[in-house]
Amino acid sequence: MAHADAHHHDDAHGHDDHAHHGPDKGVMRWIKTTNHKDLGTLYLFFSFTMFFIGGLMSLAIRAELWQPGLQYMDPELFNQFTTMHALIMIFGGVMPGFVGLANWMVPMMIGASDLALPRVNNWGFWILPFAFAMLLSTFFLPGGAPAAGWTIYPPLVLQTGNSFPLLIFAIHLMGVSSITGAINVVVTILNMRAPGMTLLKMPLFVWSWLITAYLLIAVMPVLAGSVTMLLTDKYFGTSFFNAGGGGDPVMFEHIFWFFGHPEVYIMILPAFGIISTIIPTFARKPLFGYASMVYATASIAFLSFIVWAHHMFTVGIPLAGELFFMFATMLIAVPTGVKVFNWIATMWRGSMTYETPMLFAIAFVFLFSIGGFSGLMMAMAPIDFQYHNTYFIVAHFHYVLVPGAVFAIIAAVYYWIPKWTGVMYNETLGKLHFWLSAIFINVIFFPQHFLGLAGMPRRIPDYAVQFTDFNQISTIGAFVFFVSQFIFIYNMLRCALFRHGLQPAPARVWDGAYGLEWTVPSPAPYHTFEDPPEVTDAETPWAGGHAH
Amino acid sequence: MEQDREGHRGTAKASRRTAWKLAGVVTAMFGFGFAMVPLYGAICQITGLNGRNSALQAAASAAPVQVDLSRTVKVQFLTTVNGGRGWAFGAQQAQIDAHPGQYYTVYFDAHNLQDAPVVGQAVFSAAPWSAAAHVHKTECFCFSRQAFAAAEDKRMPVRFMIDPQLPADVDTVSFSYTLFDVTQKAPAPQASVAQSISPQS
Repeated sequence: MAHADAHHHDDAHGHDDHAHHGPDKGVMRWIKTTNHKDLGTLYLFFSFTMFFIGGLMSLAIRAELWQPGLQYMDPELFNQFTTMHALIMIFGGVMPGFVGLANWMVPMMIGASDLALPRVNNWGFWILPFAFAMLLSTFFLPGGAPAAGWTIYPPLVLQTGNSFPLLIFAIHLMGVSSITGAINVVVTILNMRAPGMTLLKMPLFVWSWLITAYLLIAVMPVLAGSVTMLLTDKYFGTSFFNAGGGGDPVMFEHIFWFFGHPEVYIMILPAFGIISTIIPTFARKPLFGYASMVYATASIAFLSFIVWAHHMFTVGIPLAGELFFMFATMLIAVPTGVKVFNWIATMWRGSMTYETPMLFAIAFVFLFSIGGFSGLMMAMAPIDFQYHNTYFIVAHFHYVLVPGAVFAIIAAVYYWIPKWTGVMYNETLGKLHFWLSAIFINVIFFPQHFLGLAGMPRRIPDYAVQFTDFNQISTIGAFVFFVSQFIFIYNMLRCALFRHGLQPAPARVWDGAYGLEWTVPSPAPYHTFEDPPEVTDAETPWAGGHAH
Repeated sequence: MEQDREGHRGTAKASRRTAWKLAGVVTAMFGFGFAMVPLYGAICQITGLNGRNSALQAAASAAPVQVDLSRTVKVQFLTTVNGGRGWAFGAQQAQIDAHPGQYYTVYFDAHNLQDAPVVGQAVFSAAPWSAAAHVHKTECFCFSRQAFAAAEDKRMPVRFMIDPQLPADVDTVSFSYTLFDVTQKAPAPQASVAQSISPQS
């Protein structure tokens, strides 16, 4: 540090060279990089690779469910696919996707030159490929991959074969990666904001990530603790969850969901931030109710810590517990409702245009609300006894995760890719991608509500014949949805890698977009805001300064 | 320039401090995950959730209790072998009619299906949970680990009384016993139970 400072001071010319030089060449650039934009790109590529792998598994699942009976795989492999699909989509797809967006955008949005701990950032990313290589390698072990569901409940999960320790260590590594990423985000936001960027002037994406990062810091260690207990129960003779030794398997559910419920919000709060960024841009109005959005996000985060047992209504908790967790859960609808109404109020009488990011954002508001409503239905303890462990649950959480979290990631990539690459994506292909995605996501998951209500259990490779029709509709939807994502991949890769002949993007890509990221040229230079920018009211219209 | 350097150094220092504080939170939360185990144990013990405190209640029930002949409660016995293998395990009677305050002795049979000695530990649970605190057992094979010789048959007693203070709306109480194979674990009986009740009776 002292050396670098002396270098700055003594040799201004050297300093300039350093500031303006581009990235290194070749593969070592990506391995050694500490640049937040490089790491953001790496995270996003990793995330979409995992979406692809997890998506293939879901296609295998849907193919098997095309008709009753066992067609393509034995139940053991089917269970491995459901378990691994969930682990990969959650820890490999959605979470790194949001971390990638945070890497790219948080420093640019608050006027910082990089994240506060760039080497930790590099380390946090490069753990992930190893964690997932380890996890995926379990398919080739005797006994196959973990098959006890992503919730890894004992005693079932303790029957996992050779893949068990690899599962546990992979989760440990994912946890380390998430925690380092989260610490980095918090430290950056708290210490590296440009002068004038007060907390209540920060863009909502930054706010939502600050709160998400706190959630990660609070609950990922609890997950690490719970899987460590599983490990010692299996190999070191402890009895945390073994009733024969004085433990209790229900204990695991309590610890797991103490992590698991905040985890649900870890996967959706950054999405809320993205939608709160995109809708004002294309409605050409500042976000309605900025402060209430911040407080609503914080309230959701707080409530997420006191609702965990709504995942356990049927394990036999006392009436007082059922009532407490039921009402606490329903309370979450209040701040979530505040957000949905604020998004609608932002659009109200706006000069709306419907570019692809906006289409995805509107679909998010509509479809996420459907998932929210089915969540409210399951929050009612007596009714949950019917829904529990059925396809209704599957439909619910896929509605909040796919048209929720994943649509938000897609919307964010469309919205910012001109800033990242300096060229516009193809709008026609974008709209085609949107309509195929928005229609077929419903074709997949809407019938699953009916299946669940009719009593089809989740996590089964075979089912009663009367469920066939809806399952076939769902399977058709899954295949079309999966294939249509390649339109998106093609569109984005063309911007990133083969941009020759594409329309160059201006600095302010969208005429209604405000914020510091739009004050730098497109593509964003390798180093931005080496000197802190000036934060004007015009660039922070959401904070109540005059906008236009 | 001079001022910039100072500012940068200040930021770096503040960042490091924040990062270490957050690392402290991470460590504390890791510990909290483990702390939830005794925490939940204490909550169950206090509230009687999970049928946990019935073993402790047994020690306090030495004083004679008025038998309530006007009331009859069905007591049902459920048996499970964890993992479904290793023993044939069942109650001699599936159900009895019991008067609150009266002591009853029932027997359970377990047959070791393996050609090797095993140690079993039965885990007791009573339902509904509001009844659990009113189940008093003076003798139970679940109080201690049970050693079985190869292919051994064992008849094991449970002596219990339902407290007359059992809530009026409860007309059926279920006792559930799950037999676990604990051959791999250390042979000592559970300390807390052994203190209050003589296990070899």
